[in-house]
Amino acid sequence: MISVRDLRKSHGPTPVLQGLSFAVAAGELVSVIGPSGCGKTTMLRCLNCLETPDAGSLAIAGVTLERAPGAALNADFEARAHDLRQRVGMVFQNFNLFAHKTALENVMLAQVVVQGRPPAAARETAVKFLAKVGLGDEFHERYPSQLSGGQQQRAAIARALALNPQVMLYDEPTSALDPEMIDEVLAVMRQLDAEGMTQIVVTHEMRFARDASDFVLYMEKGEIVENTPAAEIFQNPRDERTRRFLKRFL
Amino acid sequence: MKRAPILLAILLGTVRVHAAAAPPAAPTAEAKALAAKAFPGGKLRWAADVKSNAPFAFEDPEHPGQLTGFEYEIITGIAQILGVQAELKPVDWDGLIPGLKSGGLYDCAICGVEVTDERAKEVDFSHPYYYTFEQLATRAGEPDLSSLEELRQRRVGTLDQTGAFDLLKAAGVEPLTYDIEDNAYRDCARGRLDAVLLDYPIAMYYAKPNTSLRLNGPPFGHLIYGIAVKKGNSDVTAALNYGLEQLIASGKMREILSRWNLWTETMAQTLNQPAEPAGPPLNYEKYLAQLSKDVTWQDRLDRFWQWRGTLAQATVNTVVISLAAMALAIAVGFGLAVLRVFAARPFQILAMGYIEVVRGTPLLIQMLFIYYGLANLGIKLDAWTAGILGLGLNYAAYEAENYRAGLLSVPRGQMEAARALGMTRRQALRHVIVPQAFRLVLPPLTNDFISLLKDSSLVTMISIMDLTNAYQRMATTYYDYFGTGLAIAIIYLLIGLPFVRLARWAEKRLAVDSRPASQRPGLVHSLPSLGRKPDLTHPV
Repeated sequence: MISVRDLRKSHGPTPVLQGLSFAVAAGELVSVIGPSGCGKTTMLRCLNCLETPDAGSLAIAGVTLERAPGAALNADFEARAHDLRQRVGMVFQNFNLFAHKTALENVMLAQVVVQGRPPAAARETAVKFLAKVGLGDEFHERYPSQLSGGQQQRAAIARALALNPQVMLYDEPTSALDPEMIDEVLAVMRQLDAEGMTQIVVTHEMRFARDASDFVLYMEKGEIVENTPAAEIFQNPRDERTRRFLKRFL
Repeated sequence: MKRAPILLAILLGTVRVHAAAAPPAAPTAEAKALAAKAFPGGKLRWAADVKSNAPFAFEDPEHPGQLTGFEYEIITGIAQILGVQAELKPVDWDGLIPGLKSGGLYDCAICGVEVTDERAKEVDFSHPYYYTFEQLATRAGEPDLSSLEELRQRRVGTLDQTGAFDLLKAAGVEPLTYDIEDNAYRDCARGRLDAVLLDYPIAMYYAKPNTSLRLNGPPFGHLIYGIAVKKGNSDVTAALNYGLEQLIASGKMREILSRWNLWTETMAQTLNQPAEPAGPPLNYEKYLAQLSKDVTWQDRLDRFWQWRGTLAQATVNTVVISLAAMALAIAVGFGLAVLRVFAARPFQILAMGYIEVVRGTPLLIQMLFIYYGLANLGIKLDAWTAGILGLGLNYAAYEAENYRAGLLSVPRGQMEAARALGMTRRQALRHVIVPQAFRLVLPPLTNDFISLLKDSSLVTMISIMDLTNAYQRMATTYYDYFGTGLAIAIIYLLIGLPFVRLARWAEKRLAVDSRPASQRPGLVHSLPSLGRKPDLTHPV
């Protein structure tokens, strides 16, 4: 479902991603962990081209993007990136719900604008996905500022799901949440996993990483240190750096 | 029918007329032929600055909306002879000749325009219709003056672009120029000026009745008034000349000038007619009576009631021009702001350049440039178009900066979320960024509209009948600057208020998403955040 080869990205002179390669099979849930500044968020943003990779190749949900080092961006690349984004859902740390739209409208907007669905159909889909993340009728007409953090994040997940993505990316989805709201969001992600959604989660929730993911990807200084089944990495990290990082939490 | 060249007429000091007695009520065949060529629409469109313009052509204090004055009587007399309808186009004094040159708006200008060699290069003139001189006025107690040179180093007022101005310069006096003659005389009476030099008819109507002023010194220079016509427009000149000849020959001219107390020795000699007036100076006396009336607040209210038609029209004009200009400013400003924030570098620089240039130069200059300056290049805009363009394009620069701030204050995450959902930049702008920015710019936008409403007063400079124009006309008709000023200010205030209310209402309606948490119903109050570090004490 996802195949990344030699992904590179610099911010100015500072290298952020130094040649990442990994693959994710359909239906897997992969957690990406690592210290702050290790490049895990940048990696995730490259996967749906919110940030443009400097070099490397991406093959996600049937869309292939390749860029040779130093190659200029062309219209074809842009078109593929656009294509890619339609198949990949993204959830942000700060939810980023559209502040001027109600929860229901948030979930409807891209369906109507991007996919051209009639509003009535979009509304039906929106109601369905809001229900799926546990937001019933009483939340439909609320504005983001009238929802709690957990409710906002669940609405944001519904917004992404409404476009029928094949892959979901989460950028620290629970970091901005108060502790008692973290569970409700993680529960949604577990449910999606059970339904067979392919998901990559950048997270600091070690318990979630351990219990819910198939693989855990440990990153440090722009490199993938190890990519190990979840059960294994917490019991028996292969790399000394991973061991040191995990020690602080477990 | 002869068309004596102006200079020849001046040399001879006379206009020879061969026509017979009083003109018949119906126009002659010759008049009809001339009129058909000159005024095919059946309308003689004449331009004048009717503000503070006694005794030439000015609002009749007793009959608001109607004109009176000797030039008014002359031009309507000519129109009658030619069998056409006279129609006034009120124009600011400074705009009379430029407007004539750019053409199309009116056929001629009659407003005490002096025939000079300099002006004759720019426009054609009809036969002269009045001969007079410049008259000095000083405060009543001042000693006698005999030459202009005595006024060197003293403060002397006059109107711009007049013979008086040139005479003063020639005598080594540096004159202070006014737009409105009445203001010059008032300043002289108050001591702000030592003397005022202006055409004799003006002095007689504005200085002589004022007890704190007196006419002082001998006549200076020779003044000849002619009707200005667009250069080369010989059909109009011919028709006007025919009318003038008939008016003089029939004795009507003498009657008109006598009524206005302007029948002088010079005129009698020049026109070869009896020196004594044709009758009592009725209109002059009426004018004096009007001046000496005590004005109560009741009178002022009555006047406003009488002027209600003019004021209503002026108010509508001000509102319409302001709304149109604001719509333009919003559209252009929005485009500029989007260029500034989202476009490629060269476009950003272009937009920035526009904003800096427009904000850095005066609105009045921009407006005059658009109206008169572009006309020189062959781009002739009517006053309304020029006014709306001038105001709108100027305010666009300010709006652009507002909107830029609004666009920048929408959090970056909103654009990212929209892009991540597959929207193009354009879709994200349209559906996500702009609607949110709109809420932020609404308060400054209202502010700018109120400001534009007031700045729209500048369109009076390009002869649009707006509220400020109405103020000038009313104030100079009754010489009541205080009462008129108050009233017009109140009208501006009243126009602005509904828009302020409308904006408050819209702000409230749109502010749903920005109310503080404590004011929202049915809200789950969140606990204070424990920080964003991983929380492993929490059971999964």
